[in-house]
Amino acid sequence: MITPPSSTPFSYVLGLADDALVSAQRMGWWISRAPQLEEDLALANIGLDQLGQARNLLTYAGELEGAGRSEDDLAYLRDDRDFRNVWLVERPQTDFGVAMARLLVFSAWQAELYAALALGEDPTLAAIAGKAVKEVAYHLDHARRWVVRLGDGTEESHARMQVALEAEWPYVEELFGPVDGAVVDPVALRDAVLTTVESVLAEATLVVPQVAPARGGGRRGLHTEDLGYLLAEMQHLHRSHPGATW
Amino acid sequence: MTSIVGGGGAWKIAADIPDPELPVVTIADLGILRDVTEDDQGRVHVRITPTYSGCPAMETIRTDLIETLTAAGYRHVDVEFVLAPAWTTDWMSEEAKAKLRAYGVAPPGAGPVSVPLAVRCPQCGSLDTRESSRFGSTACKSLWVCRACREPFDHFKAI
Repeated sequence: MITPPSSTPFSYVLGLADDALVSAQRMGWWISRAPQLEEDLALANIGLDQLGQARNLLTYAGELEGAGRSEDDLAYLRDDRDFRNVWLVERPQTDFGVAMARLLVFSAWQAELYAALALGEDPTLAAIAGKAVKEVAYHLDHARRWVVRLGDGTEESHARMQVALEAEWPYVEELFGPVDGAVVDPVALRDAVLTTVESVLAEATLVVPQVAPARGGGRRGLHTEDLGYLLAEMQHLHRSHPGATW
Repeated sequence: MTSIVGGGGAWKIAADIPDPELPVVTIADLGILRDVTEDDQGRVHVRITPTYSGCPAMETIRTDLIETLTAAGYRHVDVEFVLAPAWTTDWMSEEAKAKLRAYGVAPPGAGPVSVPLAVRCPQCGSLDTRESSRFGSTACKSLWVCRACREPFDHFKAI
């Protein structure tokens, strides 16, 4: 079967790949640190799903670029200025409430994005997204349950969940920023994503934060300092031992 | 040794390969094996699809396919990963579900469903069970506990 050449830009697919990859790396931090063993498994599995999505997207990005870069080349041999992920996913999340607030926003966004890509005109993205959308439904459900449990829980869990939400909220808007050659217009996802998130917050008796958006710039390669540390850890083995295999 | 090359037997050989994580079922039982084509030169092209995007068993399955088919006399074995149509637990055969149940893993119902349905305990058959974690030992399973026999068990999630 001959597939016609895609007009989808490398940079667009790379952005979506980097979102999933960096989020997966942050999820992995929770292994052995989550509040309970079941949560270790859950966050590891969610991270693994995201890593799988990232691998598929990076492989496709490499094909679009046409410079012979593999998924590993793209994941391990780029510096922070060459990453195109949003700021939402790159900052440390050492508070469980923050992790769940972020996962709620991120999975609600990925759910809408992948659902739209699955019906879109790029057949490769449609195949990747058609698979991912089913996985993300579980991620969103997991985040929703925790946000409701903590938000509508004790006085302390409610207060901490609200603080976590305030911490993440400045990074929501960047998800909807314009991207050159976007297959799915990011702005078009905004209403549906916010409707999902805000309905969960209402159920959790939490207040939608009123905070100014962060400057952002991840899609142009501008990042917080935190991404550099994340990449140092993620890329160290591969860069120190090129070609190493298990 | 009799060569079966060219006899159309590659599907049968590939279909008998056990899943690395759940060896009680084969990759054909699970619906992971999508397509096998062979020519009279002993070349085989196998298409497999992952259960989840990040399923770590795919590389093992690829290696198993190449080793098994090569040992059976095929000279060139090529394994392709395909994503569309997306894998679903609906592709799992009834035979596979029965094997999983006997192995102690509650098989998936018709899916996917967002409303959790009762899952029957594979140990004692009780429907008085509860989900203890939506995510289990692998991406494709969730963790359950039976209130009747008190045993924990894995459930293959509908997707």
